[in-house]
Amino acid sequence: MTNPCMVALRYGLKTVAAMIVLAPIMVMIAASFKSGAFTIVSDFSSWRALWVSEPTLDNYTRVLSGAVVPFLRVMFNTILIVTSIVVVGVFVNSACAYGLARFGLRFRTVILALIIALIILPLEAIAVPLLLLVNRMGITDTYIVQIIPFIAHPFSIFLFYQFVQQIPRDLDEAAIMDGASPFRIWLSIILPLSAPIVATVAILQGLEYWNSYLWPLMVTRSDDVRPVSVAVAIFFERDPKEWGEIMAFSVMASLPIVVAYLAFQRVFIRSAMSSAVKG
Amino acid sequence: MPADQRIAAATGTPRDPSQAPTYSVYGAAWSGWAFVAVALTLLGIFVIGPFIMSLGLSFTNQRLVQNPNVPVQWIGLRNYVRLFEDPEFWNALKNTALFALIVVPIQSALSLSLAMLINSSLPGRNVFRTIYFLPVIITMTIICVIWGALYIFPGGALNSALSWLTFGALDPVNWLGDRNFALAAIILCSIWASVGFQMVIYLAGLQNIPEELYEAARLDEASGWQQFKWITMPMLRPTHVFVLIATTIFCFKLFTQVQILTQGGPRGATNTLVRYIYVNGFSELRVGYASAATVVFLLIVLAIAMIQRAIVGTDEA
Repeated sequence: MTNPCMVALRYGLKTVAAMIVLAPIMVMIAASFKSGAFTIVSDFSSWRALWVSEPTLDNYTRVLSGAVVPFLRVMFNTILIVTSIVVVGVFVNSACAYGLARFGLRFRTVILALIIALIILPLEAIAVPLLLLVNRMGITDTYIVQIIPFIAHPFSIFLFYQFVQQIPRDLDEAAIMDGASPFRIWLSIILPLSAPIVATVAILQGLEYWNSYLWPLMVTRSDDVRPVSVAVAIFFERDPKEWGEIMAFSVMASLPIVVAYLAFQRVFIRSAMSSAVKG
Repeated sequence: MPADQRIAAATGTPRDPSQAPTYSVYGAAWSGWAFVAVALTLLGIFVIGPFIMSLGLSFTNQRLVQNPNVPVQWIGLRNYVRLFEDPEFWNALKNTALFALIVVPIQSALSLSLAMLINSSLPGRNVFRTIYFLPVIITMTIICVIWGALYIFPGGALNSALSWLTFGALDPVNWLGDRNFALAAIILCSIWASVGFQMVIYLAGLQNIPEELYEAARLDEASGWQQFKWITMPMLRPTHVFVLIATTIFCFKLFTQVQILTQGGPRGATNTLVRYIYVNGFSELRVGYASAATVVFLLIVLAIAMIQRAIVGTDEA
């Protein structure tokens, strides 16, 4: 691969692909800084879609004032829901993996096979009966209904289980000699050693529910608990479309996750790679 | 599994779980059950429960909000009969299958190409990788909003770009409003949104291929194409299986894009199986009927997973 022509061709192709990926994002950012619905729409039809000649923050101040959708509130909702799922999930799923890996429980292999089978079961396949269930429980339009069904996560349990299997039992046994309880071993040995899996699981589970749309669409009715993904769709469906504000909303809603991604991109990409381990 | 071997090598103790010490040193079995209890209870209530419910409900006239005058009854196979007689169901199924049939090969080929493009020692590899993966991070609803702007008719960015690239030969297309183009618009936006994910999976697969294989091939003066055909493709077989299966299941879940960009329209041209379930179960409150559609969806996912099992099984045998 030392042929300079080939190298140039590779870079050319890579750059074209990068431009195709970045252009829609640039359109979003550029439009968010423009004023005047008419200008924005007419700009969409030319190269001006990609840049701003007279940047203004009007769209941002209007979105933050919350006239159409209370941006700060829905942003807080999403962050609260995703963080709760991820943080509680790490403890619950890791504990489950530890219990399965270390205690030689009866039916252990059956339970494990069941959990692995559940990995492929998509939410879409249980959404309607689950809706009926939470409706009966009277917990629709709350935070709880968006958190509790997703804490136990089969794929996370599986990843934790694989990892706990690899932690030498000598460590546990030494701790037992020192009089540590099983709970203590899990909390002070297993969980800290599982740090790489905690990161992977947090990112995979976090992205999944950061993105979720179908479920919150069905179970939320008010802005008090509604996540960003649903709020942005509501904003988008209003006519006439205020493209500047819609895009400012989208930029701000993407900012936290994109900043986290750029800061920890190796961990994000490693997590994505580990989603391909086979059962 | 390379990760296992790495850890085993690092700890110096390759372990076979079946030869593990007895559990008694960890305490009584009940303490083990205490650890698994929370997760299993939650899975039981919120995953396995609804799963079993969907099978049962599909034989009833259950509604989300029951009419007090119409008690819930077993109605046998009536939901299924009505489902299979509904042309809209077949249309949604056809659209979903068509979407998968087009997206799976294109997206897999594209992601493999991107992975091979950046899988070299040339500088800038991480920058390109970061860019290509970026759309995976952005919420799907926001991606739909952005593409909604690109698809504006007649003066949207996509129409303008296409007209510029073809020197005005292409007339503007009403991407979201024309029956013939709406599904294509959904496909385009979906591939853009998730090709980076498969690329990363392929990148991991490519990095697992030993460099010596290529060195040996070069000694034998194998061409680039021959190396691709006889080394890269066969060595990527497990990755291909995973990517194809995962993408197919992902495609069958298509909902967000069509719900936001087209509401299944125009005139059903982009209605999908999951949207059909959503509309019947949620908007029309017909839980029993939607459960029947859910069971069909479930059987499709199950069939895809069985195909994967079969392929992986023959590989390992």
